[in-house]
Amino acid sequence: MPTTLPSDFQDLEKYSDWVLFTESERYSKRLSSSMDEMQEFYDAAFPRIDAALSYLDQHDLNALPEDANNLLYLYCSLVNVSFPVEVWRQPRVPDSGAASMDCIVELKP
Amino acid sequence: MAHFSKPAEGSWTEHFKLGTAPVDYSDSTSAEHYELERDAIFRRTWLQVGRVEQLPRKGSYFTRELQAARTSVIVVRDSDGGVRAFHNICRHRGNKLVWQDFPGEEVSGTTRQFTCKYHGWRYGLDGTCTFVQQESEFFDLDKANFGLVPVRAEVWEGFIFVNLDNDAAPLLDYLGRFAKGIDGYPFGEMTQVTKYRAEVGSNWKLFIDAFAEFYHAPILHAKQAVSDESKKLMDIGYESLHYDIDGPHSMQSSWGGMAPPKDESMVKPIERELRSGLFGPWDRPIEFELPAGVNPSGHKAWGIDSFLFFPNFMLLLWAPNWVLTYHYWPTSYNSHIFEGTLYFVPPKTARERLGQELAAVTFKEYALQDGNTLEATQRMLEAQAVREFPLNDQEVLLRHLHKTAGEFVSDYQRTR
Repeated sequence: MPTTLPSDFQDLEKYSDWVLFTESERYSKRLSSSMDEMQEFYDAAFPRIDAALSYLDQHDLNALPEDANNLLYLYCSLVNVSFPVEVWRQPRVPDSGAASMDCIVELKP
Repeated sequence: MAHFSKPAEGSWTEHFKLGTAPVDYSDSTSAEHYELERDAIFRRTWLQVGRVEQLPRKGSYFTRELQAARTSVIVVRDSDGGVRAFHNICRHRGNKLVWQDFPGEEVSGTTRQFTCKYHGWRYGLDGTCTFVQQESEFFDLDKANFGLVPVRAEVWEGFIFVNLDNDAAPLLDYLGRFAKGIDGYPFGEMTQVTKYRAEVGSNWKLFIDAFAEFYHAPILHAKQAVSDESKKLMDIGYESLHYDIDGPHSMQSSWGGMAPPKDESMVKPIERELRSGLFGPWDRPIEFELPAGVNPSGHKAWGIDSFLFFPNFMLLLWAPNWVLTYHYWPTSYNSHIFEGTLYFVPPKTARERLGQELAAVTFKEYALQDGNTLEATQRMLEAQAVREFPLNDQEVLLRHLHKTAGEFVSDYQRTR
C-alpha cells in the first residue's frame, strides 16, 4: 500500500482518507461520518498532535514535502472533527438545520 | 449586574437619543420597502467590494454582483496602478462584459483588455473603447463616445469601495471619525485570508442585528462551549465596554476574556492544544501600537472592536491582532448573501497554521447557528402577529441601524 504520511506517522496511515485539501471536503466527510468513526480518528490523532507539529516545524511551512503536507491536512481534519467529538456528540452544530456556508477562499498552505 | 460603566444618562440608548420605545420591524418584511432601500441606500452609499491585494498587478480585475444596487461592476488595476470601476456592460448592445460560463457569478483574473463575448468589442483598462468589430457597418459611430461607464471607486486602508451616486461625498468624508481612528492599522500585513459565503433566508438587516449585539451569545451559542464555561457565560450575561455612533455608522467595543482564557480548563482540548478559538489565535503574531480609535474605553479586558460602516460592511479588530469582516448583500426583502472573511498574518509554523484553521472553523460553526436562527426570525416577522419589539440597552446599535436605514428611505422619498 502506498504511504501518504511521513514514516514517523505510519500509525495514522489508516486515517489517510482524512487527508483532504479543502475545508468543504473536510466538512463533507465530517457530516457523512458516524460519531464512532470520528471518535476513533480523534483518539488516534489527538495524542500525536505535538509530535506532528514538531515534525512539521522542521520544514519550511511554505515548502512542505508531499508527505508532510499530507500530515498538515490530516490535522486540519482533526480540527474539523474536534467540534463534534469534544462537545456536540453529533456531526452538525446544534440548531443549524440545513444551513450551509461555503469556504470560497482557503487558508494557505 | 453592571460590570462596566455607562454614560451619565444611565443608558447608551438615552445617551444617543434613540428613544426607548419598542421598534417596528416592518422594514424587514416588505418587498415594496426593500425596493426603496435598493435605490435609497445601495445606489447611494459607499459599498465595500474588495481589497487592494486582490489586484496585485496592472490588469488584475474582479467583478462584483451588486444585485441590491441593480448592477454588476468590474474593478480593475489600470496601467498607472490606480483602481478603477466600471459598470459591467458592453456599450454595443448591453451584454454583460466580463463573466465566464454563468452570467450571475463573480469572476477574477488578469487581462490586457476586456473583450465582449457577443460581438468582440474591446475596452482598455481605463475603459476606453479600443475596437469595434466591422466598425464601417455602423453609422457615424465614434469609439470615443462608447467607453465603459465608470463607477466611482476609492480606497481606504486597502479596502476598495464603489459608489453609484456621482454626487455622493468622497469616501473618507463618508467613513468619518471611525475610519480616521483606525488609520494606520496594519491591514496590509494580514494577507492570510479565508472567506466563507452563505445564502441566508432573512432580510439583510436581521443578520447585522445578530452581529451588532452580543446579548445573544451566551444563550444561542451555549452548546459550543464545555458545560461549566457555558453555564458561567449564561449567568454573567453580556455587557459591552463601549458603544459609539457617528452619523450612519456605529461601533461597539467588547471584552474578550478567551484569548487566552483565565482558566484553561474551561476551554476545549483542541483549543488548549492549538492556543486558539472563537477569539482567534491567543498569541499575537506581530506587535504594533493600536490606532487611537481602537479600544476607545482603554479597558484592559478589551478583546474586540466591531465597526458597522453603513450600510453593510462590518469590520472587527481582535485583540490578538487579526481581522474579520462581514458583508450582507441583499438579494430580496427576505434573503441575502452573507460573507465572512478572516485576515491573519501569514503563519510561520504549523501550529500557527492550525490555530488559524481552528479560528476559521469555529467562526463558521457559530455563523451557521446565527444564520439558521435568522430564518426562524424572518418567518415569524412575516406572520405579522407581532410588529413591535422591545430592544434593550445592549441592542442599542440595532435601534440605530433600523432608524438610519429608515431615514435613508424617507429622505429619498422626499427628494424624488
